[in-house]
Amino acid sequence: MKPLILKDIDDLIIGSIGIVAFISFFVGGVVAIQTSLNMTSPIMPKYLVGFATRQSIILEFAPTFISIIMAGKVGSFITSSIGTMRVTEQIDALEVMGINAINYLVFPKFIALTLYPFVISIAMFLGILGGLMACVYGGYGTMEDYIEGVQLDFIPFHFIYAFIKTFVFAFLLATIPSYYGYFMKGGALEVGKASTTSFVWTSVMIILVNFLLTSLLLG
Amino acid sequence: MIEVKDLHKSFGDAHILKGITTSFEKGKTNLIIGQSGSGKTVFLKCLLGLFEYEKGSISYEGKNWSELSRNEKTNLRSEMGMVFQGSALFDSMTIAENVMFPLRMFTKQSKSEMEDRVNEVLQRVNLENAHNKMPSEASGGMQKRVAIARAIVNRPKFLFCDEPNSGLDPRTAIVIDNLIQEITDEFNITTVVNTHDMNSVMEIGEKIVFLKDGLLEWEGSSETIFRTENEAVTNFVYSSNLFRKVRKMYLEENL
Repeated sequence: MKPLILKDIDDLIIGSIGIVAFISFFVGGVVAIQTSLNMTSPIMPKYLVGFATRQSIILEFAPTFISIIMAGKVGSFITSSIGTMRVTEQIDALEVMGINAINYLVFPKFIALTLYPFVISIAMFLGILGGLMACVYGGYGTMEDYIEGVQLDFIPFHFIYAFIKTFVFAFLLATIPSYYGYFMKGGALEVGKASTTSFVWTSVMIILVNFLLTSLLLG
Repeated sequence: MIEVKDLHKSFGDAHILKGITTSFEKGKTNLIIGQSGSGKTVFLKCLLGLFEYEKGSISYEGKNWSELSRNEKTNLRSEMGMVFQGSALFDSMTIAENVMFPLRMFTKQSKSEMEDRVNEVLQRVNLENAHNKMPSEASGGMQKRVAIARAIVNRPKFLFCDEPNSGLDPRTAIVIDNLIQEITDEFNITTVVNTHDMNSVMEIGEKIVFLKDGLLEWEGSSETIFRTENEAVTNFVYSSNLFRKVRKMYLEENL
């Protein structure tokens, strides 16, 4: 089981860091630019750019929207890899050998995705850093103002809230795509359809659970 | 030996197996033949325990499948080897890792013991130099031989093969057929082969079970299949001119 877990950590976590880092950095920059451009009133302090970027990234962008991107990347990978094993009778081969195929295939992915908060931490850091770079080098504010905004009214519970969401989304990312892969029927075309369906339902569940958790934890 | 009594299996309203009673003998290559849709694959999957049947019984050397506990079923499955139609090798593992897989799962052997056994079975299927290849790098015939090696590595009592030579050229198909028969004789196991290939029927069919519409239509051997007057069997087996001629020559020589 250990090699399978390590392989899934590599496929699902390490393999996702690049795209998550790229998206987070540039979306953080865009959030900072948009905030700055919409602050037209002269009485609004410049440090609000850093504050708004931090809040957007930590509360919603990193945990929720990165999870939707991961539903496309990781979710499709899980569904198609398990679905292909179903189509090519590899799951039947496991069952004939008396191996609990669900345990063998899904459990390592579930364990690997417990490291998902690590990916989200990177997204948070790079999102805020991207905002800083865009703000300073784009001429929308000074580094001091941005850092002051990032530190302003910091509420530690927001981090706890974000990581509670992240753990729940990790569970959804491991289970829903595995379900669609494991129980698919048909051939190669159906593997593609199952990947699409799993992405749609994982995204829908992430959005609904996000609403529910936000209402419960912050409402 | 595997004994099947009054086996019934349905999917919704479709009654696929309608009461099959037969037996598969130890040390013999038993073939299941029949047209597409006759219930061969469903029957094989019932024998493998992949499908639960509604009525009837299957006994493996006296052990009735439906009366076994979960652990006993797992133990019995470890005594089964299966060669799937598409080989079903694990894509992410090398050929040696594929063959070693059942040993890792079911035995407590040391790594060197497992490696020795893997070398032994790969040598048995004439794949001494393929250890580090990935399944995608192997030809269809090689993949089938790896699947056979994986199926026998844990010294099974029962070997099941689902159309083992489909998609192979005639020469490779004969190699696979001969390998299955040699392994059956050498290890004295109960082998059940699901096939469409009439060459296999003639070459290795020590016992042949012919299914039609979910029922056992006829059973015999590669000898008796030449002499049978059963119309369903003759229409199926001797549907090509070549086999009709072969049958005619056989009957002229032997009767």
